[in-house]
Amino acid sequence: MCTTCGCEGNGNEIKMTVFGEEKKLTIQNHEHNHNHSHGHHHHSHEHSYEINLETNILNQNNLLAERNRGYFEAKNIFAINMMSSPGSGKTTLLEKTIKDLKDKFQLYVIEGDQQTMNDAERIGKAGAPVIQVNTGNGCHLDANMINKAIKKLEVKDNSIIFIENVGNLVCPALFDLGEAKRIVIMSVTEGEDKPIKYPTIFEDADICIINKTDLLPYLSYDVELAKKYALRVNHHLKFIEVSATTGEGMEKWYDELKALIK
Amino acid sequence: MHEMSIVVSIVEIAESEAKKNNAKKITKLELDIGTVSGIELDALNFAFESIKNETMLKNAQIKINKIKAKSKCEDCNYEFNVEDVYSLCPKCNSYKTTIIHGKEMKVKSILID
Ligand SMILES: Nc1nc2c(ncn2[C@@H]2O[C@H](COP(=O)(O)OP(=O)(O)OP(=O)(O)O)[C@@H](O)[C@H]2O)c(=O)[nH]1
Ligand SMILES: [Mg+2]
Ligand SMILES: [Zn+2]
Repeated sequence: MCTTCGCEGNGNEIKMTVFGEEKKLTIQNHEHNHNHSHGHHHHSHEHSYEINLETNILNQNNLLAERNRGYFEAKNIFAINMMSSPGSGKTTLLEKTIKDLKDKFQLYVIEGDQQTMNDAERIGKAGAPVIQVNTGNGCHLDANMINKAIKKLEVKDNSIIFIENVGNLVCPALFDLGEAKRIVIMSVTEGEDKPIKYPTIFEDADICIINKTDLLPYLSYDVELAKKYALRVNHHLKFIEVSATTGEGMEKWYDELKALIK
Repeated sequence: MHEMSIVVSIVEIAESEAKKNNAKKITKLELDIGTVSGIELDALNFAFESIKNETMLKNAQIKINKIKAKSKCEDCNYEFNVEDVYSLCPKCNSYKTTIIHGKEMKVKSILID
């Protein structure tokens, strides 16, 4: 239990497990909280007074994210934060991408889920080194988890690292992980209005992948309307339509990926 | 619900500053939260109530300044108030609008004892 901040009531353990390795790593996700400057005392004050801070609430996360970004840049690692609602097909898209590109690129995956090793197992079988981060009650990955995960995963220079965020259309958006690009995935079974119902995740994304296009014949989903809504939220957004299961459109995604890492 | 992590961060910022100044408690906390920041105020209050007793903010008064959202149109430069991030420009109907205010999430000040 993190007594100083009382995080999540009875403490939220973050578990990290590298697929194929037995040893687990458990971190308390607020360690920075406990090493404030001891020994060094300011004047004590008799009465109450105000301190102006103007500090960004996510300052700690943003600083760590910048450290991750520096680490990635120094090692020429291209980090991509993949976000979507649960079940849009993030893992399926990654499995396919790994099978198709693993001979050309050094690929790594950080899997974020509240529970289970399922996604890491799928990615491991597809052929990429992967670490599973189980966030427990946490609904998003943060920069501290990524900082720990990349070290544990021993990511090599000149590689691409996909970070599959916890399936959630709201929370992950606020937490910079140090990634170079953000990708939001929406699947055609979710309804066209997701971008305006959950705008935050679309606001800072660079690419929007529209997945499960193989199902379009069975649905009344209007792809153009969905794009229009997404552009209203973020007019810089690029779209790629794919079916991660049939492979349709995946070449365009690979072209885009290759263009990004140049 | 990311508001719990938001509250934890707020408490960390406030407590670390208070401790630096040898304070015993924090009696007031002032926040700037933009209306399109992605922080839900009800959820924030709920999260705060559930952990505050274990913090220096136990009896603190919380003041939240809601920062109204404003957007600017890239096509005609018009600036206008918005309730959301997907509004079209009311002047030229363009979708190429960018939020210029309303994303704020800051610990503005604390009052310590
Ligand atoms: N028809 C069809 N089904 C798909 C496609 N992509 C994924 N699915 C199915 O959608 C379901 C969820 O896919 P996942 O890849 O596990 O989704 P996810 O986004 O990783 O889910 P979480 O990690 O739980 O958030 C699975 O049953 C997939 O087989 C697709 O392109 N077409
Ligand atoms: Mg998954
Ligand atoms: Zn305009």
